[in-house]
Amino acid sequence: MSIRDQACVTGIGETKYTRETTRSQAELTYEAALAAIADAGLSPKDIDGVVPYVMGGVIAEDFVTNFGLPDLRYSALTPMGGASSVAALQNAALAVAGGLANHVLITLGRGALSTGRITDRIGQMPQFRLVGEFEMPMGTVAPAQFYAPMARRHMELYGTTSAQLGEIAVTFRKHAQLHDNAMMQKPMTLADHQASRMIADPLRLYDCCLESAGAAAVVISRADRARDLRQPPVYIGGVAEGHPDSPSTITQRPDICRIGLAKAAPKAFAMAGVTHQDIDVAEIYDCFTYIVLCQLEDMGFCAKGEGGSFVQGGRIALGGELPVNTHGGLLSQAHIAGMNHIVELTRQLRGQAGARQVANAEVGLVTGYGDLGDGSIAIMHR
Amino acid sequence: MNAPDYDKPLPDITPLTQAFWDGLREHRLLLQACRHCHTVRHYPRPVCDQCYSMDSEWVAGSGCGSIHSWTVNHHPFHFAFKRESPFVTVMVDLTEGVRMQAPLRGAEDVALKIGMAVELIYEDMTPELSLPAFKLAAV
Repeated sequence: MSIRDQACVTGIGETKYTRETTRSQAELTYEAALAAIADAGLSPKDIDGVVPYVMGGVIAEDFVTNFGLPDLRYSALTPMGGASSVAALQNAALAVAGGLANHVLITLGRGALSTGRITDRIGQMPQFRLVGEFEMPMGTVAPAQFYAPMARRHMELYGTTSAQLGEIAVTFRKHAQLHDNAMMQKPMTLADHQASRMIADPLRLYDCCLESAGAAAVVISRADRARDLRQPPVYIGGVAEGHPDSPSTITQRPDICRIGLAKAAPKAFAMAGVTHQDIDVAEIYDCFTYIVLCQLEDMGFCAKGEGGSFVQGGRIALGGELPVNTHGGLLSQAHIAGMNHIVELTRQLRGQAGARQVANAEVGLVTGYGDLGDGSIAIMHR
Repeated sequence: MNAPDYDKPLPDITPLTQAFWDGLREHRLLLQACRHCHTVRHYPRPVCDQCYSMDSEWVAGSGCGSIHSWTVNHHPFHFAFKRESPFVTVMVDLTEGVRMQAPLRGAEDVALKIGMAVELIYEDMTPELSLPAFKLAAV
């Protein structure tokens, strides 16, 4: 049994993305959720499943309270940090394919600086318990510091350069400038990237994602119900999650240059029945530039160690062989923990991406990455 | 902790990990080992992932190892580390087969390479807390 093509993204919704907000995560989340439900041509009363973001300030029952859902019959959480949103696609697809729900709402809201910095929250999260006891006391307290040694080792083993990481940042910035709901509109050159201050060597400021306030939401519907809705359905062809060895501490991971996505990607490609050559557009989780490079390798778009040269020469830019993060990503659109990546892939596959549209985009993929190495991937098609 | 001025993050020590921290305070590296199959594991945890035994013991580590990777922390992220930034943190392959992450002291001007030999040193932070650090091994 496979859940291939049994679930569709039928609705997408986003708030305006900003640096700070006076609104609560919950308010932002409801606004995006209502937009997604309306986009699908549904009423809130049609929603019978909810998968909210673990740290999004809402629980599934809040949607009963606020939207008057008459029969919430499916709810779940996918606690995988930045891999949560795409893992929630898997969860929702399984729920609708299994007949447990018809229309599942997936939400993600963030308050950025207004609800405390990411660094402050990490120590309170159970999945960071080991890091909290054995690494934070010595000064390794933030994601940039957790991931910098992965990038450093990649550079030492394979000759990857900071300029190659910069190519990723510069490309996504160009894409963001084509999106009116992208936070970073100021142009960035490779020289700007190289001149940006060092945060945790080799990661510079422009290798690091934004912190943002805003929310995004999607509706996942059973395929037979999706066809009659307002928007062209976008099918979830293949979906998978993967957890690296030593998932809760990078320090103890046998191969620190390989992440959970390496386990998940072959399963998603097999389920979808497509090859890498079929992928017209990719929205890849980009908390840091290096993480994009590592995922391209771990998905098999190039061999381990070849990511640096793969991202050069315009290959990942609009018009290139594999356009990546056509919305600007977490690096230049906004940090909505990858829910914005799902929204963008859906727009691309509907042909609604405007100036950013990849011509004739039929098949695309979206990934999530989080919690020190967890990965998730969905391959979708129109 | 009996040190009101200490402003860095404190480890949340549990009964499972108490011996490790007690060892550091005595300037000894204690590593958890499976009493059944003798596999050394770090960080401490209840179950041996090789043989599933929940019976463990503490063995003395050599404190010797080699650099697996590193970062230079320029942005401190936590205010208490601002005064010592930038500082180097290394991931070290200990000879016992597990890794440790800790600051590398006295190597600010050294071009680091994977495989460089390091040895563990101990830094007394408060009367109750000592933290691990590394220095480059004498050649």
